[in-house]
Amino acid sequence: MSVKHRRRKSKARRALESYLIVPLKVIVRNKAGLFGFIGIIIYVLMATVGPMVVPLDNQPKPNQMYLPPSWQHPLGTDSEGRDIFSQIVHGSRDVLFVAFLAGVITVVIATLLGTVAGFKGGLVDATIMAVDDILLTIPQFPLLSVLSAVMRLDNLLLATIIGVLSWPALARAIRSQVLSVKSRDFIEAARALDLGTRHIVFVEIMPNLMSYVVVSLIFAMTGAIYAQVGLVFLGLVPFQSQNWGVMINLAWTRGAIFFKNSIWYILSPIVAIAGFQLSAIMFSRALEEIFNPRLREG
Amino acid sequence: MAQALEVGEKAEAGSREVVLSVRNLNVEYRAQRGVVKAVRDVSLDVYKGEILFLVGESGSGKSTLGYAVMNILPSPGYIRSGDIVYYVGGREVHILKLSQEEQRRFRWKHVAMVFQSALNALNPTLRIWDQLYDTIRAHDHHISREKAFEKAKYLLEMVRLEPERILRSYPHQLSGGQRQRVVIAMALLLDPEILILDEPTTALDILTQKNIIELLKGIREKLGLTMIFITHDLSLAAELADRVAVMYAGKIVELADVYTIFYRPKHPYTYALIKTIPKLSSVEEKLYPIPGSPPDMINLPPGCKFHPRCPYATTRCAREEPRWERVADGHFVLCHRWRELSLGE
Amino acid sequence: MPEPILELRHVSKAFRVGAGFLGPKKLAKAVDDVSFELYERDTLALVGESGCGKTTTGKIAAGLYKPTEGEVLYKGKNIWRMSREEWREYRRNVQIIHQDPYASLNPMLTIYASLSAPLFRHKIVESKEEAVDKVAELLEMVGLTPPEDFIWKYPHQLSGGQRQRVVIARAMSLNPKIIVADEPVSMIDVSMRLQILHLMKELQEKFGVAYIFITHDLATGRYFASDGRTAVMYLGSIVEYGPTNEVILNPQHPYTKALLSAIPEPDPEKTRKKQPMKLRSLDVPSLLHIPSGCKFHPRCPFYKPGLCDAKKPSLIDLGGGHRVACWLYGE
Repeated sequence: MSVKHRRRKSKARRALESYLIVPLKVIVRNKAGLFGFIGIIIYVLMATVGPMVVPLDNQPKPNQMYLPPSWQHPLGTDSEGRDIFSQIVHGSRDVLFVAFLAGVITVVIATLLGTVAGFKGGLVDATIMAVDDILLTIPQFPLLSVLSAVMRLDNLLLATIIGVLSWPALARAIRSQVLSVKSRDFIEAARALDLGTRHIVFVEIMPNLMSYVVVSLIFAMTGAIYAQVGLVFLGLVPFQSQNWGVMINLAWTRGAIFFKNSIWYILSPIVAIAGFQLSAIMFSRALEEIFNPRLREG
Repeated sequence: MAQALEVGEKAEAGSREVVLSVRNLNVEYRAQRGVVKAVRDVSLDVYKGEILFLVGESGSGKSTLGYAVMNILPSPGYIRSGDIVYYVGGREVHILKLSQEEQRRFRWKHVAMVFQSALNALNPTLRIWDQLYDTIRAHDHHISREKAFEKAKYLLEMVRLEPERILRSYPHQLSGGQRQRVVIAMALLLDPEILILDEPTTALDILTQKNIIELLKGIREKLGLTMIFITHDLSLAAELADRVAVMYAGKIVELADVYTIFYRPKHPYTYALIKTIPKLSSVEEKLYPIPGSPPDMINLPPGCKFHPRCPYATTRCAREEPRWERVADGHFVLCHRWRELSLGE
Repeated sequence: MPEPILELRHVSKAFRVGAGFLGPKKLAKAVDDVSFELYERDTLALVGESGCGKTTTGKIAAGLYKPTEGEVLYKGKNIWRMSREEWREYRRNVQIIHQDPYASLNPMLTIYASLSAPLFRHKIVESKEEAVDKVAELLEMVGLTPPEDFIWKYPHQLSGGQRQRVVIARAMSLNPKIIVADEPVSMIDVSMRLQILHLMKELQEKFGVAYIFITHDLATGRYFASDGRTAVMYLGSIVEYGPTNEVILNPQHPYTKALLSAIPEPDPEKTRKKQPMKLRSLDVPSLLHIPSGCKFHPRCPFYKPGLCDAKKPSLIDLGGGHRVACWLYGE
């Protein structure tokens, strides 16, 4: 059999190829995706390695208040003379941790329930959608505000609550995707070939959802950042001063927008958040291509 | 290779008046992988009052040619070169040279199109009367409501629909056949001289299709219309055509009157196509599959585009693209070997 | 007389069509009292216009839809009452080919993945090496050579005709006894249709497959089922049934005659001489408003008031296996 030449590649090599090399190739080729990918890597490094490398400047030094950017202070100093850059780096950990955790929780619950509802139909579907409807009516932000008054919302709890409140919308969307895939001819063929429910759900249906799910993860994360930063900005959640939301709060209340040199204090966290969003969104373009072979060169 | 369009030819065709002349038309589409050369150096004359069929498979360029002739190519498509000349209303009109506004006014008034899917042409949120009235008003601002109504009524009756009921309905309340007839009536609103129909019966039932065909025959009689009918169904051409242009890979490979095309074809593709269609009534006739598949329109093979599938191909066919040659009065073929081959004899 | 391998007995399938939330739900019978037999290596063509119920009937025969009335018998046993083992055997032996080659393969899976799935599932192969070999064998069987050129590709990288061949290969992978082919060449270019039809016939020769060939194109149906039988369907019921050449060359039912006279043929003299049958009405009835009695009566030129609109005729045997459902042929 002349198909032998392909079999020489071992299983490990093939897995490496499809999970690492092909995606990397796709990312490099897609300009927007590459830009986003690099951006994300920078943020991830900032959150993980950053705090170890950049010391946190916590000492108030009133005589160094609102210094403009320089070599020692790449983003200048804040109202108490503390270095802004180190605050951004240290603050990124909390923000990205909560965002990632909330995003994952949202996506996992939504995918699970959305797929089960779409695939099973009938009573199961109706029940899940009823729960979904109820949760959708709960206003996320006010609830978080109330909860924050009643209990201490640390990062983990905050992430969990945001995740749990965000899954309904995504579950709905995933359910419609499943419904539409389910009606396609190749699913009927899979049934005729008696490939089994497990195969149909995980091998036939899921891959058709993957690009959608992955992109949703990115957007769930950005949504979580807003929720979190918003709460902190409003002062509803206990904070450390280098949290980006806090920085925006402090900068705002201390009039950082009124001076040419102090504007760095308010801009830095805003740009940090926006930068992450932008990278995430651009990266999602490459992600779509990775998960959908049809979008590649063809 | 230009089609030989000398004066002598016009005289040959008798006193046949040309209403549309396509000259060396090249149409391309920009695709992700490259440029699709959908119509390659096509030249064609359409005579007054005839029913000309453009027959071909997907990728042959037939629909593209139809859209190009009205200059309504959808976005990634564009006319790269060539001329399209109409001889209507006593004037010679080079449509590609008109301004956008002039073209808009020219269309529908002199040449109209019946699209493949009636659903594409009809607005689902408007009643039929509103759409017909809008169409008339858009091209003739001064027409009165009464006159427009008279016109609509006349045309709907001609396509054998009850005007009162139809005008009041929404598209979804009509059957597929009724919708298609409305679309035909709509195309005739401004009395165009030429009607282009792009696969108008593909989505219809057999019996409904037969109805529409008979209808078109009647309309041609009554209005003296010239029709260009685009289809992949060769049998429809046998039913309705005066002349047939067989297209393959962006070119017309054979052009002749319908009887010649079916009984005395000179191009191997035409011949093979006829031999591959299952016939309803001949039980014993053997059918022959055509090997291979239509070419990739982005990377066309060299020489004659049909040569990879042609049982008579020679090295010359693989190297050199054939020229348009005259077989007899009104019969043209794009093949190096037509003289030597005795297809079906 | 050998036993049929598959039999449909008085099968009906009704769909509930809702007229909005508060409106009454109507029942539309897409398939109405359909019966036929299919033998080993047999070919049965189900022909009719769109909406006649041929596709639904095919999918009922393939066990993908459950009939609301009637029985589907595989080797004499009702498939909806089978034990797990019996159902498994039925399931393996009855496969389907769909019309649209662009929708019948999972766009996310390589050709290898799509074709090897049933092989692994049914333990025809145990290891990846075996699977690759078997898939290559299947690809060669359907004329996709060399297999290496196709095996690792995605469906969108193949042409329509190639995809359809892959679909055929997939249907054949379990060596089924019956294949329900739903308009297998309608969406393929004319110049390539015969290739696919010949392939299917070849597989029938070699592997003894029986086909239920569903099509709206009577000429293609006649060609493919020339050695078998044809059933003409109208609004959910079979109106004429018999050996293919009998039905097509000697049609008895007015609807069959109307259809045949309306089909254009690739022969200008012949087709222009054909007299179309004049029907009483141009309206095509919808499944929601099925005419009483004989469903064709509003359009039938041989309509007899009082009879045709009152009682629905059942299939009458005219001899030689040719059956018609029409009052013209007596009670």
